[in-house]
Amino acid sequence: MLPTFCRCGSRLFSSRGYLFARALQTKVKDHTNNIVQPQDRPQVQPKHIDISDVRKDMPDKEFRPLYLDAQATTPLDPRVLDAMLPYFVSYYGNPHSRTHAYGWETEAAVEKARKQVADLIAADPREIIFTSGATESNNVALKGVARFYKSKKKHVITSQTEHKCVLDSCRALEAEGFDVTYLPVQKNGIINMKELESAIRPDTVMVSIMTVNNEIGVKQPIAEIGALCQAKKVFFHTDAAQAVGKIPLNVNEMNIDLMSISGHKLYGPKGVGAMFIRRRPRVRVEAIQSGGGQERGMRSGTVPTPLVVGLGSACEIAAQEMEYDSMRITALSQRLIKKINEALPQVVQNGDPKQCYPGCINLSFAFVEGESLLMALKDVALSSGSACTSASLEPSYVLRAIGADEDLAHSSIRFGIGRFTTAEEVDYAAEKCIQHVKRLREMSPLWEMVQDGVDLKSIKWTQH
Amino acid sequence: MSSFRSKVLSLYRNLIRESKKFNSYSYRKYALEKVNYEFRENRNVTDAGKLSQLIKKAEENLQMIKRQVIVGQLYGEGHLVIEHHQGKKG
Repeated sequence: MLPTFCRCGSRLFSSRGYLFARALQTKVKDHTNNIVQPQDRPQVQPKHIDISDVRKDMPDKEFRPLYLDAQATTPLDPRVLDAMLPYFVSYYGNPHSRTHAYGWETEAAVEKARKQVADLIAADPREIIFTSGATESNNVALKGVARFYKSKKKHVITSQTEHKCVLDSCRALEAEGFDVTYLPVQKNGIINMKELESAIRPDTVMVSIMTVNNEIGVKQPIAEIGALCQAKKVFFHTDAAQAVGKIPLNVNEMNIDLMSISGHKLYGPKGVGAMFIRRRPRVRVEAIQSGGGQERGMRSGTVPTPLVVGLGSACEIAAQEMEYDSMRITALSQRLIKKINEALPQVVQNGDPKQCYPGCINLSFAFVEGESLLMALKDVALSSGSACTSASLEPSYVLRAIGADEDLAHSSIRFGIGRFTTAEEVDYAAEKCIQHVKRLREMSPLWEMVQDGVDLKSIKWTQH
Repeated sequence: MSSFRSKVLSLYRNLIRESKKFNSYSYRKYALEKVNYEFRENRNVTDAGKLSQLIKKAEENLQMIKRQVIVGQLYGEGHLVIEHHQGKKG
């Protein structure tokens, strides 16, 4: 019934001037209700950003790399930006101003956003606290709960593959005299429920296990952990920054007491996040930031209306699009893995291939150094692990925790597929990746020895 | 039903036409695929209430796309390396 439409590639090179002229033809009303004709409007120049004086090695803007790093951050959905812009342009009131309409309108917007976030995870809007991001939510949850209950309980359980901000908050708690258990994970990246159960002590205040790992994409058994924690009367916090809006989550069915949410991982703006904190039975936290007592005293500081509106809108869109996104991302993910596995031997997928979020694929290419591959793949924006640690050449602690050999941990690449990734991009990335892995392997003496049938593990290397 | 039919077809044409104007490769591809998907998914809807609801949603989305196309033209930048490859193919 529907007509097919032509591909729009041919239009690209002439585009900017032509498209811009079209934009200017849009008739707009001025404040006196007169139609302003296009010819009366001043010619507007698009805004271009020039950073060449700061960084000299940037690629040509006409040849921007493909984006396949959806775990680091995601582009803002245009629908989200459309919801945010009025709050940047017109509605600038402080949502905590109770004496005038500027405050009322932004307060209403913040409360609507709170409901949108709550609906996505089946929570009550009063259980949502806006923060600056998942790092802050994790800090408030871990330090806040531990400090509030410190007179009775002194023990926290987490896992070795958590995000840096959880591990670092735990280190801070250890310095304050708390006892922290860092649970190891199995080879597939998933924690062992028996080990968790035996780690829980009478003085354990909380368990903090992430929902989806940011480096290898494995999904932890959240519902089972929640049930265990409820039975043992221990608070359960989960860092769901990589999971919210991508996989279905229900805080009641999964018995989650605290949850961290990030805006920019679900096509929302950067600089905003949320924390779910259960009301019944009530979970109390000691605030980290002192101030005006906003967000019911748990997070002082003016709530940034435009960002919060963006987060709310991103959550509503994520709920609507979850099925469609999941279908597309799963298909693209399988396409990428199939292409690479068909063309290259000795590729290892890190983490459990079934119990995982398909948009995060972590592959180790044996006998290829990950950083050299990343350098070669200049056309594709990829990472070997989390963005926070991408400056260091150390192998990722997540890969070491799942017991990956040192050489395989050094040869890993993370492919992040998101809502806006296309099949053409996946094909291009796979082709480039295959080409460069082949080239780098041909240069490797170790690869040559393996091809000749030498078992590398049997070699005794002489030390100099 | 015929009034719905012409309305739906015109909305489809307009949504496709506007989606093609996105400066960003990612948004353009996503919008085109999504518009096609939604219209195909709902092609057998006959219930008048549901139809007018879908039409309202499509109209809102059309306006949103038009606004975001303009934003993209003002602040969008460059092309992805892949667009040049497709350009050569035609």
